[in-house]
Amino acid sequence: MASGNGINGNGKQTYTISAFSENHIGLLNRITIIFTRRHVNIESLTVSVSAIKGIHKFTIVVNDTREKVEQVVSQIEKLVEVLKAFYHTDDEVIYQEIALFKVPTKALIEGDELEATIRKHNARILEVRPEYTVIEKTGYKEEYLALFDELEKYKVLQFTSSGRVAVTRSSKELFSTYLKEAGEITAVYENN
Amino acid sequence: MKKQISIKKNKKKIRITGADAVMRSLAREGVDTIFGYPGGAIMPIYDALMDHSDKTKHILTRHEQGAIHAAQGYARVSGKVGVVLATSGPGATNLITGIADAMIDSTPLVCITGQVTASLLGSDAFQETDVIGISMPVTKWNYQITKSEEIPEIIAQAFYIARSGRPGPVLIDIAKNAQFGELDFEYNKCIKVRSYVPVPKPDPETIKEAADLINQAKKPFILFGQGVILGEAEDEFRAFVEKSGIPAAWTILGACALPRKHPLNVGMLGMHGNYSTNIKTNECDLLIAVGMRFDDRVTGDLKRYAKQARIIHLEIDRSEVNKNVRVEVAVLGDVKVTLPALTARIKKRSHDSWLREFRDADKIEIKKVITKDLFPTKEGLTMGEVIQILNEKTGGNAIVVTDVGQHQMVTSRYFNFANKRSYVTSGGLGTMGFGLPAAHGAKIAAPEEEVILIVGDGGLQMTIQELGTINQTQAAVKIVLMNNKYLGMVRQWQEMFFEKRYSETYLLNPDFVKVAEGFGIKGRKVLHRPELAAAIQEMLDYKGPYFLEVSIEKEDNVFPMVPTGASVSEVILEPKK
Repeated sequence: MASGNGINGNGKQTYTISAFSENHIGLLNRITIIFTRRHVNIESLTVSVSAIKGIHKFTIVVNDTREKVEQVVSQIEKLVEVLKAFYHTDDEVIYQEIALFKVPTKALIEGDELEATIRKHNARILEVRPEYTVIEKTGYKEEYLALFDELEKYKVLQFTSSGRVAVTRSSKELFSTYLKEAGEITAVYENN
Repeated sequence: MKKQISIKKNKKKIRITGADAVMRSLAREGVDTIFGYPGGAIMPIYDALMDHSDKTKHILTRHEQGAIHAAQGYARVSGKVGVVLATSGPGATNLITGIADAMIDSTPLVCITGQVTASLLGSDAFQETDVIGISMPVTKWNYQITKSEEIPEIIAQAFYIARSGRPGPVLIDIAKNAQFGELDFEYNKCIKVRSYVPVPKPDPETIKEAADLINQAKKPFILFGQGVILGEAEDEFRAFVEKSGIPAAWTILGACALPRKHPLNVGMLGMHGNYSTNIKTNECDLLIAVGMRFDDRVTGDLKRYAKQARIIHLEIDRSEVNKNVRVEVAVLGDVKVTLPALTARIKKRSHDSWLREFRDADKIEIKKVITKDLFPTKEGLTMGEVIQILNEKTGGNAIVVTDVGQHQMVTSRYFNFANKRSYVTSGGLGTMGFGLPAAHGAKIAAPEEEVILIVGDGGLQMTIQELGTINQTQAAVKIVLMNNKYLGMVRQWQEMFFEKRYSETYLLNPDFVKVAEGFGIKGRKVLHRPELAAAIQEMLDYKGPYFLEVSIEKEDNVFPMVPTGASVSEVILEPKK
């Protein structure tokens, strides 16, 4: 999966797609239909506000060929309510995911081992309750999965992880340049 | 809705209902014809329609599918946006086939559906269906209106989106409470949607690169599609073809973009296209694709498609570039703009010996296929000879509409289209049942033109109830039924690829002339060759709608053919012995 440059067999590799859109009902559905129809599996999907007020950002991670990803991105961009869409390889973005683990607090009290594991993995404790402790790990998928492996012996009560968030390595968000030209008004009407 | 601006000019707002606002908005968009069918959730709009009937004509079809195909025929012939009204639930779902057809064939439509009152949404109310969800993959845009105040701005956006750039169908679903509710009405046309770029800006560099390739080419070949028609660039295209001297072939939807008899028009591409055009695709050194999308019915096996050629693609829709075929130069933009720019940069040339190669290949097809189709000597009537008589009697000066199947291929191949916007057929979706309602819509759009429908016995029976609509409007559609008592195209494939196992393709048909007469339409049936020409003349001379059934040889096939999975250079001219 997503490691190094993310390349695996069949010319497929990991791509991070980012789409900037108006915040309209149903847009998520419009976007996912494009993937479903072409049998492209979405590895993770995050919808969030963007740096620009009123504009939403979809960050979608897929593992597929460049040709397929190019097509999907051009179809996303074709949607009326999408302003712009980009795709990047793992080399071109800095990305992170977040994972939360719930383990029994007993393990924390009974020895130093769990604490050492948490330190070693650069994770942190979010909350300690008499019954359980919640640990947070931010990083790459393989990093939090490695932590998961080690936590397994304490009996992980709950585990969840987020989709990817990513920024490009270029100094400016490509999208801001585009938006300057597009303007801030969503629709313009004229008397005729 | 968020930040939107209207450029205002001191206009008085008036307080009216949402339903009235719909009608006034349509009038402001220049809509004078609506195709539709009433029902519970759209009754307020139908009520408002009565107050606007002096300006807006409504055609009551017999099924919502009939309404949308009629609107498609209307839009394709007029170049205007087709407008459809339907109720919620089944009314809305009955539109879906037409919407999908309009989407793949880039036809501008605005479909307005009624919806249950907003407070009932999601409660499985009577005739509630999620038409926004259902139509999402097959509309260019859709929107559900739940408040009266949204109506004018959303309708303005709907028309702008439907007609601009690469056109397509838009669906607006209006909850009943928004139809009943009141608003301060003011209408301003939409001129821009921030997130939507209908026409990409042409890059002068790509035009220069394309011109250089064209000027250097020894065996260039133009492929043109409906983009030329949608861009209203037939004249610009013709000027480009004539200055370049390059042979030009068409996709089915591009058929009438260049007159069939133009010396550089070398014919139809693809599965049932001409022999020469398919063969030469794999022999040319430069392909210039204009407003077409390299559909699989045009390209055959992509791995063996024009691999020897360099490729230029003139296209308005960025997502079509490199979708099926990798191209060297993509000239993005509206062909109305890019074609003249390209024409200005190319040298005036002629390609006589290259053109002769097409004509030599044509001789083979004429001998093996065309003569037998158009001038048969066997007893049974052929579809080709019917088209040939129509050519002789109209000189190609008619609007021709077809359904889907063998008759559609024969019509495409043989009718001598002479005029702009004179061919309406379901290309991408291949919708049987499209023909009859589409022909009706075409006649409504062009009452002064001769509108001839060519239809098969299978497809006719899918929307035959629209004979009732035609009787009601008395639109003088000339209906030619090519009756071979089979689902002919499927039967042909069964014959060729399924060892003649005719699984469920034989039809026990009604007496069609009686059916037509039952609907109040004059009808006649032709069984033998000697009566054919006179019967066609009688049909053309008749003032009202006319139904002519021609009994066609039962097991005729359409050739040439590029079988599925074959390369265009493997086009076959006759069945394997």
